[in-house]
Amino acid sequence: MDWWTFSLYVILAVFGCISIYGASYDFDHTSFFDISQRSGKQMVWLGMSLCIGVLILHIEANNFFSWSFFIYLAMMGVLLLTVVVAPEIKGSRSWLVIGPFSIQPAEFAKFATCLVLSRFMSSYNFNINHSRNAIIVAGIILLPMMLVFFQNETGTALVFLSLMMMLYREGMPGIILFLMVCFAGFFLIGIRFGDIYFLTNTSWGQFAVLLITLLVVCGMLLIYRKDHQTPKMLLTWNLVFLGVGVLVNVFGWWMFNICYLQLILLALTFIYLAFQSLKTRSAVYLLIGFFTIASAGFLYSTDYAFDEVLEPHQQIRIKVLLGMEDDPTGAGYNVNQSKIAIGSGGFFGKGFLNGTQTKLKYVPEQDTDFIFCTVGEEQGFVGSVIVLGLYIGLLLRLITLAERQQSAFSRIYGYCVVSILFFHVFINIGMVLGLLPVIGIPLPFFSYGGSSLWAFTILLFIFLRLDADREQRR
Amino acid sequence: MQSLENLRRKNILTFILLGVFVAFVLRLASLQLFNNDYKTFADSNAFFKKTIYPARGLIFDRNGELMVYNKPSYDVMLVMREMINFDTLDFCKTVGITKQDFIQRIEEVKDRRRNPGYSSYTPQVFLSQLPVNTYGVLQEKLFRFKGVSVRSRTLREYMQPVAAHALGYVAEVNRRDMDEDPYYVMGDYSGRSGIEKQYEKDLRGIKGVEVLLRDAHGRVKGRYDEGKHDIKAMPGKDLTLSIDMELQKYAEKLMVNKRGAVVAIEPKTGEILAYVSAPTYDPGLLVGRNRAANYKALESSPHKIFLNRPIQSNYPPGSTFKPAQALVLLQEGIIVPNTIYSCFHGYYFAPGHKVGCHTHPSPLALAPAIANSCNAYFCAGYRAMMDSHKYPNIQEAMDTWKDYMVSLGYGYKLGVDLPYEKRGMIPNSKYYNKWYGKNGWRGATIISNAIGQGEVLATPMQIANLCATIANKGWFFTPHIVKKIKGGVLDTLYTKRHVTMIDSSNFKPVIEGMYESVMHGTSVGVAVPGINVCGKTGTAQNTGGKDHSIFMCFAPMENPRICLLVFVENGGFGASCAVPMASLLLEKYLTGKIADNRIWKEDILLNQNLMQFVPR
Repeated sequence: MDWWTFSLYVILAVFGCISIYGASYDFDHTSFFDISQRSGKQMVWLGMSLCIGVLILHIEANNFFSWSFFIYLAMMGVLLLTVVVAPEIKGSRSWLVIGPFSIQPAEFAKFATCLVLSRFMSSYNFNINHSRNAIIVAGIILLPMMLVFFQNETGTALVFLSLMMMLYREGMPGIILFLMVCFAGFFLIGIRFGDIYFLTNTSWGQFAVLLITLLVVCGMLLIYRKDHQTPKMLLTWNLVFLGVGVLVNVFGWWMFNICYLQLILLALTFIYLAFQSLKTRSAVYLLIGFFTIASAGFLYSTDYAFDEVLEPHQQIRIKVLLGMEDDPTGAGYNVNQSKIAIGSGGFFGKGFLNGTQTKLKYVPEQDTDFIFCTVGEEQGFVGSVIVLGLYIGLLLRLITLAERQQSAFSRIYGYCVVSILFFHVFINIGMVLGLLPVIGIPLPFFSYGGSSLWAFTILLFIFLRLDADREQRR
Repeated sequence: MQSLENLRRKNILTFILLGVFVAFVLRLASLQLFNNDYKTFADSNAFFKKTIYPARGLIFDRNGELMVYNKPSYDVMLVMREMINFDTLDFCKTVGITKQDFIQRIEEVKDRRRNPGYSSYTPQVFLSQLPVNTYGVLQEKLFRFKGVSVRSRTLREYMQPVAAHALGYVAEVNRRDMDEDPYYVMGDYSGRSGIEKQYEKDLRGIKGVEVLLRDAHGRVKGRYDEGKHDIKAMPGKDLTLSIDMELQKYAEKLMVNKRGAVVAIEPKTGEILAYVSAPTYDPGLLVGRNRAANYKALESSPHKIFLNRPIQSNYPPGSTFKPAQALVLLQEGIIVPNTIYSCFHGYYFAPGHKVGCHTHPSPLALAPAIANSCNAYFCAGYRAMMDSHKYPNIQEAMDTWKDYMVSLGYGYKLGVDLPYEKRGMIPNSKYYNKWYGKNGWRGATIISNAIGQGEVLATPMQIANLCATIANKGWFFTPHIVKKIKGGVLDTLYTKRHVTMIDSSNFKPVIEGMYESVMHGTSVGVAVPGINVCGKTGTAQNTGGKDHSIFMCFAPMENPRICLLVFVENGGFGASCAVPMASLLLEKYLTGKIADNRIWKEDILLNQNLMQFVPR
């Protein structure tokens, strides 16, 4: 077994318990181990987690390979069951109540999905660039994602997207990641600047997105076709037409929306690229051409998606994060108080149990999603950086472990673990620091909650077991 | 080739990881190391500094009898968030308001413009200063009204409705008070007049602070650091006044239906024994919920109730000025006790022009002139001084005279320990030079000053102080109303003897004159059986209504224990109103009671109403 990983895991989990004690500390309660308190309970969960870990370490490594499909199917069944029978708690239907216990099956769906992905992707003849394989991989990921999404756990559903990272390592073209970033950017720009106009009625947001689309097209032509001619021509004509369009507007001869002109130009670009595709018998031109259509389509569906698909509270969270709305008492309250808690910590922090911001419940969800606040306030910059460092150290260690695996199954699984843990840490701490929108997912090993701690433990220890067995698996 | 590509991809992932780490560390640094605002935000979030109000100092009279204390008053507080299943009608009935009042008041409380500190989680003042009996009923029903609590604070309460002008009143601080003294915050009380204002810093004590922790909903969660950062409140210092409650009460009783002032001073100490400004009011009126209405009613009275007459009204001192005049003339050697002047039912200072006088034997020496209050005598003496060749010019004579008067306490603020004192008026040569030109005036021009008319003005306190100076034969303590500050010391102004420019020997004939005045002169009515009283009447002419009746006296002559000044506006000739009142007050103070055969005097005074005439 890799003791480095194990140690980091234990340190983080214990640090987590201490922080939970600090976060839920009330002036009336003092005992750390009181199991009616959240820190006490978390200690119990942690103890049981270690038992589970030891159990996993004693299971024959091959079994994970063989059982993966059953585990996956069983978990999907449970998820489906959850959607149907779960009671509604705070707007989500993700808790399965069995007697005195309630568990969140969505947390356990993660390792199940990882196992089955690893098994499928490690099979002989697998190539991610074959569309049939790609579609199956997408299906494996999207099925639990959808089921979780229907439980109204958007945050947890998004976690499955993090597996893209693993897919990238396993040969998925980088362009897909790039396009995802691109469209995310379009979305944000479209929302942020969509309602700001220049000239007569041209929206800055739409104008910018369409212009970036053109530039991306030019960039792709350069990279994938080494074609210098076409980008030059596209840029020249676009600039000429847009320039004329702007002048016509400025002098008031004909007031029209510049974006329509851009759309016409993009349509012409697409036709030109399709023509080129036929001429050179290269699908790349056509695919690049489709990017223009997709971008424009995406842009004009953004508004619709934002207004109709997202819940009002999600819309506000995004608007607050983008600085479009200032609402320190409403949607921005959590993040604002969280920033105050962390900011007031200073270099060395206020000391254990001395954080006023967290003790007095100014930060909501401070022992679950906002647990990092407690660290920031009580342990200060030093403590926060140490915790961050522990996470990065764990992730880097896991990457190293994954890379040293002989079997594809173990390696892929290792990268699954890295992807999921990284996504959680990135989104959670980014949210607490006010850099990312409020997406409620726990900080691995740290946040209060038995389900998430057990699920992360299982996720990690299966990999530790596979790693311990690496010499036997080839 | 494949593995090289894999290595590249692994490195990119590692790079992304480290990039995120660096970004987060930078963000942490910007929040925790380079921005101090968050610390302040957190503190103002969490620390609730609860002010502990100290009890205001108590006020006792000279005999240790309690005059002013603090009584608890109750404010009804509401926490809007907690008002569930609220029986509005029952609540309204209990606290004695209508439903409309309730709705209106709730709206006022919620209005953030009027109530900037509003929060639906914290107690808000709904009704202030609930009457005690209403509080009792409410307290019993309190459990029924969720979200209602009662906060107690203290208000001034008076044992007896006396000495309003001396005590003054307290009121909520205004913006100016807060700007001048950062000690005060919105809602604090401070003394606005009288003793309460003058000794505010002694009476108010020092506010304490309890540092409490407050959670996100504004609920108090306990004390911070076990109260180590708390500051204990220091109660205000108790004051012992020099006022004699019995005398004060009696004086106020006699001044009923009259305008004017009564001041009694213990000459040996300068302590004020009684301090009456009439008409007076019940100081309790300026406390509590009806304060504003009462204040308005008192303020709008044509009798100028809030005028603190003993120190704020400048009256012409009239004949009470003659003893002072006599002292200056003696000291300057213009006259000797045996100097005699004739009186022709007045004093002709120019052919056909005279200052009138009443019928009395003539000519007279100094003592009988004082006893008979002969105008002619003092006009002649004053003119002799002004026109004397002893001085190079009249200006010199005038300023010499002025300096004597100032040394006797006239012309400037005495420094009584009450706020807003007036200084009176003693003219000097510059004043007349300005009026008449440098050579345009002579003794005859300003002859009215001789008998306390003309340009001379004095507050009743200054006249009383003159009386004390005469009783002491040449020195006085600045009159003061606070005898002792518990745990503090009196201003040295009140413990330092002021010695006048008049030799002690010159007082003898003046005292003799005042004694004769009581025995067979203008002040006969003041005589108290068995006590030798010295007195001097005064009648000050004024522009509207009857003359002001003034009388000053001290007793017993051998060992003066009390100096008294009675000033009754429009009281007519001095002897008619002020003299019998002084007689009763002397008797009351020196013997402790009024003899049965003198009750008739009291009845006359009590039934006398001098308030029909309303000054403009």
